[in-house]
Amino acid sequence: MAEEVVLLDLWVSPYAARVKIALAEKGIEYESKEEDLSNKSSLLLEMNPVYKKVPVLIHKGKPISESRIIVQYIDELWNHKSPLLPSDPYARAHARFWADFVDQKIQGTMYRLFEAASSESREAAEKELIEDFKVMEGELGKKPYFGGETFGFVDIAFIPSYRYYYGHETLGNFNLVEELPKLAAWVKRCLQRESVSKSLHDPNKVYEFISELRKKRGLE
Amino acid sequence: MAEADQLLLLDLLPSPFAARVRIALAEKGLNYESREEDLSNKSPLLLKMNPVHKQIPVLIHNGRPICESMVIVQYIDQVWNHKSPLLPSDPYRRAHARFWADYIDKKIYPIGRMLWASKGEVKEASKKDLIECFKILEGELGDKPYFGGESFGYIDLALIPFYSFFYTFETLGNFSVVVEFPKLMDWAQRCLLKESVSKSLCDQRNVYEAVLEIRKKLGAE
Repeated sequence: MAEEVVLLDLWVSPYAARVKIALAEKGIEYESKEEDLSNKSSLLLEMNPVYKKVPVLIHKGKPISESRIIVQYIDELWNHKSPLLPSDPYARAHARFWADFVDQKIQGTMYRLFEAASSESREAAEKELIEDFKVMEGELGKKPYFGGETFGFVDIAFIPSYRYYYGHETLGNFNLVEELPKLAAWVKRCLQRESVSKSLHDPNKVYEFISELRKKRGLE
Repeated sequence: MAEADQLLLLDLLPSPFAARVRIALAEKGLNYESREEDLSNKSPLLLKMNPVHKQIPVLIHNGRPICESMVIVQYIDQVWNHKSPLLPSDPYRRAHARFWADYIDKKIYPIGRMLWASKGEVKEASKKDLIECFKILEGELGDKPYFGGESFGYIDLALIPFYSFFYTFETLGNFSVVVEFPKLMDWAQRCLLKESVSKSLCDQRNVYEAVLEIRKKLGAE
């Protein structure tokens, strides 16, 4: 069964982490193939010719790309346990909207923060990211998970990136743990799930990797 | 379900994203009220129903808002599943459809906008990128009548509203879609034979006029 499911992977990628969490939630065995993005495998180029990016899920030889699309595929195909999206159409639309917000808005801001070459652009991106996180804190509200009582699509979309930021606790002078307590509790709750804790790396290691990458690009 | 359903679309005629929703509603044979928004003077209803993005389209179904065009389309497809399925039922084909709709979202509008909103080198680079995207899309279409195969579906719906922008792209980018991308043009004409499409798309000239207005405001004219 494991040969049927292959994940073209990258340890620091929050997008790849989403797929790993989803596969773990469903109890699917798979083979992970770590990619080197500076030297992409011929398999990656063949399986994702449009973007040449990870993650790519290869199931029975057929590729699926784009992490949110992969997670929905996993949910629809392996629908025997742990539904990741709700069945109610309105609740599904709500989940899709918020997972899209994570990618459209939050990931965009994080990317600008990563690319920030000056202290002004860094501060501006940090300010915007804090506002984005406040929106998520508001959306989570009193719910244990974004979807309500059960862990699902939006949690999967957001936990990897947020965990890696939350790992070093502050954004500029803003203390994520103190100022966004609901999200802080949500992180702890998510980490109690084996699917999440086993799919995420030590945030300090991720932070070091990112810093190194910035240094190499002359951004630090 | 059908009797009590109230559908209100916060709309904008030249918006390709709103057009997608209009097509989906037409495909399903649904009656709805369309309310045209003025994006320079957004209605309190729009701000209330889409506080996060403050953008159209917003579909309000029995008082509850759904935002983001392809999220709305999937919602419509799921709720009114009695006719004209927009997404295939097979999970792999669904993933394939979502992938290409997402590609269209990531590429066509942002690059197209860059082309018509800018000048000089930026405009030329955008033109190159857009042509590259059309090449990729034409490759994906291949010899199929529609992107999904034998019938009009999710990917076709995602892309066809950009037909309204062809005149704008051609005029401002100085190239011809029918010459460079004959298969794509054939496909577009095939889609336009469908009433759900032809009645939902904004006239190419009207889009061009709207774009010229924006260009003036941006100082690109």
